[in-house]
Amino acid sequence: MSDIASRVKAIIVEKLGVDESEVNPEASFTNDLGADSLDTVELIMEFEKEFNVAIPDDQAETIGTVGQAIAYLEKNVK
Amino acid sequence: MELKRVVVTGLGALTPIGNTVPEYWNGLLNGVSGAAPITRFDASKFKTTFACEVKNFKPEDFLDRKEARKLDPFVQFALVSTEEAVIDSGMDFDNLDTNRIGVIWGSGIGGLKTFQDEVSAFVKGDGTPRFNPFFIPKMILDIAPGHISIKYGLRGPNFSTVAACASSTNALIDAFNYIRLGMADAIISGGSESIIHEAGMGGFNAMHALSTRNDDPATASRPFDLDRDGFVTGEGSGTIILEELEHALARGAKIYAELIGGGMSADAHHITAPHPDGLGAKLVMKNALKDAGLTTADIDYINVHGTSTGLGDKSESKAIVSVFGEDAYRLNISSTKSMTGHLLGAAGAVESIAAILAVKNDIVPPTINHFTDDPEIDPKLNLTFNVAQKRLVRVAQSNTFGFGGHNASVIFKKYEG
Repeated sequence: MSDIASRVKAIIVEKLGVDESEVNPEASFTNDLGADSLDTVELIMEFEKEFNVAIPDDQAETIGTVGQAIAYLEKNVK
Repeated sequence: MELKRVVVTGLGALTPIGNTVPEYWNGLLNGVSGAAPITRFDASKFKTTFACEVKNFKPEDFLDRKEARKLDPFVQFALVSTEEAVIDSGMDFDNLDTNRIGVIWGSGIGGLKTFQDEVSAFVKGDGTPRFNPFFIPKMILDIAPGHISIKYGLRGPNFSTVAACASSTNALIDAFNYIRLGMADAIISGGSESIIHEAGMGGFNAMHALSTRNDDPATASRPFDLDRDGFVTGEGSGTIILEELEHALARGAKIYAELIGGGMSADAHHITAPHPDGLGAKLVMKNALKDAGLTTADIDYINVHGTSTGLGDKSESKAIVSVFGEDAYRLNISSTKSMTGHLLGAAGAVESIAAILAVKNDIVPPTINHFTDDPEIDPKLNLTFNVAQKRLVRVAQSNTFGFGGHNASVIFKKYEG
């Protein structure tokens, strides 16, 4: 697991209060991990803070699963 | 139309002198002070370095960790005392019409800590707004009754009342009115407050409202004492479940007391100072008595606002003598703020619980920390100094007065079928 992936998972475990075993790449924030729309916004903000990137709203809307978050950050984090 | 009768069927308390109703009542009867040096933040640069904090409170003991993180402390407090009250009431919401059960909740300020934290983070940044999406729904005052309704599925009237230190008394009066008008079967009422944070302490200190007896916190809240020097901040929550009498009887509920009257008034004088002749205080006590259909001869105990400020205690004691005449010298008076500190928007609820339990148990909790008589306080008044007094308490009145000149008073009576 990449460094980015493990940091992303740690944030999700912390913010959504879920078990690490549930945080697999296919898991959807809203359908599988119990997030509501505000939780999802908070997650994106935490990713921005952790990785020091700005994620535009139109990009944020495409990040709905753990795998999508990891892929986006691996591509965009310098 | 005939008004319905309203009774108290559930109590919950989270206070600086006890985290449940039995602990709180025990603390009151034993004259325990809740004041101590502030532990929540470094207060060494503040004029006042102590307060009445809730002790040994871990939100995780009561709330899911993820949920607790999204709740300001004033809402955490509200949920904890309400759970105690719901269990105490024996209400089974699965078998009641939850469309007719509401939540009316008071707080003076609401989510002050949340506001402080979010704005501080913004100011420390480079101007880029990175406000947390939970900032607003965590801070707003009415989110407390919102969360209570969500937790228990209660779809009756739901809102908050704001009248500074009279807030939760106003909540009780509103709840009382909706139930006696037949608009709800039961209402979870009360109030909560959490202001022992930098912004709260700094703000009240700037007003010169607080005691600065930093070398002796436990005796700082000394209502009616000659050397009183301001109020002591408190925090916590009180929940009172009010229920229509027939509804309570039908489910075999335990009844603590009957709520028989509520009065409201305004000083129309100054934003923070009480009227020197206690005009608003007199009016609110008279209004409550009139609403209850009682005379001054019927009241045995007044739990006063009595914050331990120079002006406030003097004008309230004068107002009592003016309204009650000779009866003022027959009844017991006490300020339980001498023990709990001032719970601000939660004061009305927490002190009403003291009044209700005085009616139920025929004991009046004391005004502790009395050392020296103030010549400006009528010496013939029985202010229940230092030690609880046993007496028949048929009826008790609870007064609260708030910045802005808001006054509210409620009257509880022994329940008789």
